[in-house]
Amino acid sequence: MMGREMLQAFAHLPMGWLAFAVLVAGGCLSFLSGRTAAAQFRGAKGLNSQPNYHGYYLAMWTVVPAAITLIAYAIFGSGVTRSLLTGDLPDGFASLDPNALSQYLDRVREASSLDPASWSGEPVFAAITQRFLTLTGAVKAAGLGLALVAGLAGFAFARRKISSDFRARKQVENGLQWLLFICAGIAIATTLGIVVSLFFESLRFFSQIPVFSFLFGLEWNAQTEVDFGAVPLFFGTFVISLIAMCVAAPIGLYSAIYLSEYASPRSRAWIKPLLEVLAGIPTVVYGFFAILVVAPLIQDFSGWLNALPFIPDGTFSGSDKNALAAGLVMGVMIIPFVSSLSDDVINAVPQTLRDGAFAMGATKSETVKQVVMPAALPGVIAALLLAVSRAIGETMIVVMAAGQRPQLTADPTSEITTITVQIVALLTGDSEFDSPKTLSAFALGFSLFVLTLFFNLIAMRVVNRFREKYD
Amino acid sequence: MTETVSTTRTERATRRLKQRYRAERRFKLYGQISIAIALGFLALLVVSIGSQAISAFSNHKVSFDLTLAPETVAPNGPGDTEAIAENVSGFYELVREDLLEAFPAASQSRALETELYGLVTRLATIPMARQTADNPGRLGETVTYRAVLSDDLDLYLKGAVMDEQRMRLSAVAAIDPLEASPAGATRFALTTEASLQQLITALEDAGAQDRGLSTLVQAGPAVAKLEDVTPGRLTAQLYAGRAEDFRGAVPTVRILGLPETERNMTDHQIAWTLSLKDQGRIQRGLNWALLTNADSTYPEIAGVLAAIVGSVFTMLVTASIAIPVGVGAAIYLEEFAPKSRLTGIIEVNINNLAAVPSIVFGLLGAAVFLNVFGFPRSAPLVGGLVLGLLTLPTIIIASRAALRAVPPSIRDAALGVGASRTQAVFHHVLPLAAPGILTGAIIGMARALGETAPLLLIGMVAFVAEVPAGPADEATALPVLVFKWSTGAERAWEPNTAAAIVVLLTFMVMMNAVAVLLRRRFERRW
Repeated sequence: MMGREMLQAFAHLPMGWLAFAVLVAGGCLSFLSGRTAAAQFRGAKGLNSQPNYHGYYLAMWTVVPAAITLIAYAIFGSGVTRSLLTGDLPDGFASLDPNALSQYLDRVREASSLDPASWSGEPVFAAITQRFLTLTGAVKAAGLGLALVAGLAGFAFARRKISSDFRARKQVENGLQWLLFICAGIAIATTLGIVVSLFFESLRFFSQIPVFSFLFGLEWNAQTEVDFGAVPLFFGTFVISLIAMCVAAPIGLYSAIYLSEYASPRSRAWIKPLLEVLAGIPTVVYGFFAILVVAPLIQDFSGWLNALPFIPDGTFSGSDKNALAAGLVMGVMIIPFVSSLSDDVINAVPQTLRDGAFAMGATKSETVKQVVMPAALPGVIAALLLAVSRAIGETMIVVMAAGQRPQLTADPTSEITTITVQIVALLTGDSEFDSPKTLSAFALGFSLFVLTLFFNLIAMRVVNRFREKYD
Repeated sequence: MTETVSTTRTERATRRLKQRYRAERRFKLYGQISIAIALGFLALLVVSIGSQAISAFSNHKVSFDLTLAPETVAPNGPGDTEAIAENVSGFYELVREDLLEAFPAASQSRALETELYGLVTRLATIPMARQTADNPGRLGETVTYRAVLSDDLDLYLKGAVMDEQRMRLSAVAAIDPLEASPAGATRFALTTEASLQQLITALEDAGAQDRGLSTLVQAGPAVAKLEDVTPGRLTAQLYAGRAEDFRGAVPTVRILGLPETERNMTDHQIAWTLSLKDQGRIQRGLNWALLTNADSTYPEIAGVLAAIVGSVFTMLVTASIAIPVGVGAAIYLEEFAPKSRLTGIIEVNINNLAAVPSIVFGLLGAAVFLNVFGFPRSAPLVGGLVLGLLTLPTIIIASRAALRAVPPSIRDAALGVGASRTQAVFHHVLPLAAPGILTGAIIGMARALGETAPLLLIGMVAFVAEVPAGPADEATALPVLVFKWSTGAERAWEPNTAAAIVVLLTFMVMMNAVAVLLRRRFERRW
């Protein structure tokens, strides 16, 4: 009885801090022990490594096995507890369907972290929660115990190796390189995680909804789980990106040309950072700016257009959320992106080309148009492609300013929706991970990922292919 | 001289030259216009958000002289200060009594009473409850407390709700009570020393009759609603104060720019507010609550504190993931990695990852951290992990650039005196690259601070009214709060959102300033 209460008390302990403390303490102790052990060799003939390295070696062998055990606990611990608990449940629960069972267990888990007074009312639930706490405590204790054993085993293994001619430094350095390699691997793991999770969730979606009707369907009603035709979303994304590029491409390019060819060094030193401020502003701020300032202007403007004699009334709906506002503001956001990338590219064009053109009597603008731009063209195209990929993936501006209505319309002042808006709309709020509604967000995310990846890869290829042309 | 040159210049060539110069000027102008447009947008953004935010940094508070009756205020006796601090309804009771005392006429109907109590929201009494709990000795005494005015009336006083046309009448010559209660006249007519023709014209110009606009007449603390006006006589219904106050006074007339049905406050509420303001009971002051309160469903008492704390926890997790892993990866790729296919793949992959839309990272977080690992929803821990992966490529790229900037001679010298490669990197190259790495890391963190979309997908939009105590608690972050407030239906959320943006940008500017200072202080040219 005593043991059960101890286990339950144990269940409430914060595992993260506990594990951290155990690891730090273990590391420090083993380091000290290794250093002291090796310090006796000081002065001995043939001492290969400094005592510190022996300490590091011991610490490495203690901490790494313990840490691996604890990570395994963090990943599998709750699953193990759950399956143990499921095995212990009264017979009546066997007839429950898996979904209801998992919901019940979620409730148990939530209740277990609360004050016992709040759940002691229902005897069965209370008993199960008690059992859950006991099991959690037991698994936690087992996890910590295993980590301790693993750490001690590693320590014992490494401790035996310490001698005056042991090459501790080499070992430590190899370990360090592995650690660095793992760091680099995390970047790969992230990509893999993105691809795998998006791909498998999409597969689950396409097992319920045919691919064809997703890619070519013209109706999107995911909230009610009726229609999953994504064409209106692709269309909306396309329209808004197009508007954004119509703003960003000319303004960004002309700014870059002016800054690199015309501006004095002093004005350049002022203007360039100011333009980059535009890139540093969070997108949620742009979104607010769009609904606060731009959207009302566009509403007025479309009202004015409708009043023109040669335009039939109601051509422009001018709703308070509209594609034009979102696109324009997104364009402003992308200006510095286009301008700083093209600025780099234009600056990379060798001065000799310009000098040649000037020597033939060309004016500056003629040099730019006929010599510099053709030379910089691949880079500029790459910059524009990267900007397009940015526009496609941009979320907050469209969520706030473009609206939620999926429709195929040529009227830029009407509400329109995009891939990213729908992902946010589908995944905010509590939702089951099995419903086609939630899964459709992953299918959309997958198409978004593929689309942006396509643009990025082309841009990178273009840059790589033309980079060395003038070097 | 000139003539010899001109012989080689035909008229056609000169014309063509002029044309080319014109094209040159035009081209230059296009560039200038582009930059002007871009910077103009920046200025417009700063000005429009700044001007909205300024209004939110101050607010109007009503002062109340409350007699803290122990039986209303301290339900469990003066010893239980916690019960006093939580006794919002008791204090609200006192506030309501005080309001009713100031405007006794409101007690004539239930609806009117509710309107009167709408001047101050219930939760606005929390500060006075807490202050009393801190000084239990005040029980039984009469204390002056302040409570924030309801958001719509606050906006009205700031002039943000509607246009209002104000004019002064000439001094009142006589008043003539039309209807009266025991307390005095409730409806009256007045005549002034000069004709009221000017007012009639103004009302006609404003279309007051057709649009159903209300007009309030004020003399000191007395406010009445205009019913009818002829050049010689003005009839009005008394809303606040006493009709006697009009005698000999110079009344102010306010033609309200929106009819009562198109705004969130009634004529009565405006009249009471004006009356309280005239008595000096409503004063404008700095709105500290915006920085010290957590989120609320009432804009006048909502604050950003919980979101700031949530953002800090998120950034701590992000920094502890992204900086060590990012720097480690950069060191490996720059200093140790053999030139192989694998490292080539890693390199392409990192460049690609930097261009993946941030919302995709949110999907990753939802699918892997929430669904597979079962981490808690809405927690800064998960938010920090997701943002950590998001900033990882940025930090790797910045750190690699910093490492590459350290000249190879440093490495060669270290190796030359017998250091191992690891020692050369960690003892010599890394310290020299540290300022550059740190600058890149801070800029990366500043970007992560403004990131919103991934946090929406892992549930950090939940309404959180309490300051989170740790990274595993439910929390929200500053940019998410901006998004949430911007979707609020009431008008007052607009300045609040702008103010939250100002707070967010202040943090980002500070981080960037630190980065710039670091770069200035430690930058080294080899």
